[in-house]
Amino acid sequence: MIEKLDQVFILLTNWLVGFLPAAWQHAGVVLIGVVAIIAVYPTLFALAVLLERKGLGRMQNRYGPNRVGPFGILQPVADGIKSLTKEDIVPLSADAAVHFMAPLVLVVAVFMGFAVLPMGRNMVLVDMDASLLFFFAMGASTELSVFMAGWSSRNKYSLLGAMRAVAQMISYEVPLLLSSVVIVMMTGSLSLVKVVDAQNHYTGIFPHWYVFTPWGFAGFVIFVIAAMAETNRSPFDLPESESELVAGYFTEYSGFKFALFFLGEYVGMFGISGLGATLFLGGWSAPFSFLSWVPSWIWFFSKVMLWICFFIWVRGTLPRLRQDQLMNFAWKFVLPLTLVNMFVAAVWRFMGEGLLRWLVCSAILLLVYVVMGRVGMHREHIGPRRYRYAE
Amino acid sequence: MSLVFYVLAALTLAGGLAAVLLKNLVHCALALTLAFAGLALLYLELDAQFAGFAQILVYIGAVAILVVFAILLTRGSETPTAGGIFSHTWLAGLAIAAAVFAVLGWAVLQTAPLLPGAAPAPTVTVLQIGSALMGRYVLPLEIVALLLTAALIGAVIVAMHEKEGAK
Repeated sequence: MIEKLDQVFILLTNWLVGFLPAAWQHAGVVLIGVVAIIAVYPTLFALAVLLERKGLGRMQNRYGPNRVGPFGILQPVADGIKSLTKEDIVPLSADAAVHFMAPLVLVVAVFMGFAVLPMGRNMVLVDMDASLLFFFAMGASTELSVFMAGWSSRNKYSLLGAMRAVAQMISYEVPLLLSSVVIVMMTGSLSLVKVVDAQNHYTGIFPHWYVFTPWGFAGFVIFVIAAMAETNRSPFDLPESESELVAGYFTEYSGFKFALFFLGEYVGMFGISGLGATLFLGGWSAPFSFLSWVPSWIWFFSKVMLWICFFIWVRGTLPRLRQDQLMNFAWKFVLPLTLVNMFVAAVWRFMGEGLLRWLVCSAILLLVYVVMGRVGMHREHIGPRRYRYAE
Repeated sequence: MSLVFYVLAALTLAGGLAAVLLKNLVHCALALTLAFAGLALLYLELDAQFAGFAQILVYIGAVAILVVFAILLTRGSETPTAGGIFSHTWLAGLAIAAAVFAVLGWAVLQTAPLLPGAAPAPTVTVLQIGSALMGRYVLPLEIVALLLTAALIGAVIVAMHEKEGAK
């Protein structure tokens, strides 16, 4: 019974495909998988937007949406209808073709990444050798759509936002990729299915997730920072900082095209959260061995939603960085730390089992982190802050 | 040759032609990106996963952005005001592209007889490519890495010099 529940989507797909002639069955499986992905993530998007508005509202000491439906839970429906019925305005001087293409390119690229994410036991659309590479290749394609949107709008704010976004995404893509290289070094494979399998073991009741190792933890922290920057989330939301750039690269978009950008941003967040959960948090495996009976897909989506909650929490807490701080942080702090982390992973690999490698690896990472942080802060003349009141 | 091949070939050719013929430089860059994407898909159609994804990651993710930035930071970003979407110098562009293609085609045809006859296409996994890069071809890899590091440091120095001059 429990196993059936775990595999319920696979069984459902097989049952549905059973109605097709044998030659079409493979295509049928793929089609159902694609439709499921395209149906599930926008639904999650609606939920996440509501969660974000409610959560942020609470953090800022207000209610958030509370008019549509009980406790405002039907707000996403209202938003969807609103954006569908709004007038689609294209500026007169805009480059109409590119302006039209930009949101489409973004949404397509963002959805492609889900093809390789294992969302549960046996639940992966395409199980290929180079799935991690595929995910990053698709992520890299979104930069171009951001540029297309900003450039084609013929608006200073849009172009500034797009330039900021592209510069930021390129800068943070380097630590994002390199922090995942550590996982590849340990697993010995670029396949995300194998990454999950490698983590799906237990010592006692505790899982062998990569985040519970020194290099894994450092990689995880770097990955989270880079993921936030990559999806243009606060505190890295300079590309669309409302107080400076109106809305950045999608200032000139309205109606459903704007909704597509919004969707692309959130679905991109789900994608990168899913990847992070797969790489560092064991993917669909349970956090304790005695919880293994809970269906694997529940664990995957719980982890993704946990990431989203974390993103919302950070957005409600931290102020926005300045452009030079953003760049300095990426190139002078995160990138060296990532390189050190790769070295530490190699040390870990060749030191063999035992307590010693835990001590050595943790010590190296901690030392580098503290020294680099101190030196960097000293150079920037950042020290304890002194406040002066009514002198 | 399957239908997929013809569709991808048409896409790539259309992108390449547009990159040569269009007037607005940013349009050209975007068309070039389309050609890159078509090439990547052609690699994938040939079961070369690594080459295909690396093509997307490097060319669409980095080179296209580089081209676009270069255009925006120089004079090319000005919008041409009048006269159709095609470049005035489309004939010259087409001629140069055709000449380059001819040279490449000639080189390929020259080497074709040297290759052994139609061997069955080997199936190379990403794992094998990785092992080969880290084993047999580790020296070229290291040399390339050194070169890239030197280029990176050089770029930083060029950028730093300018800043000092401004002070």
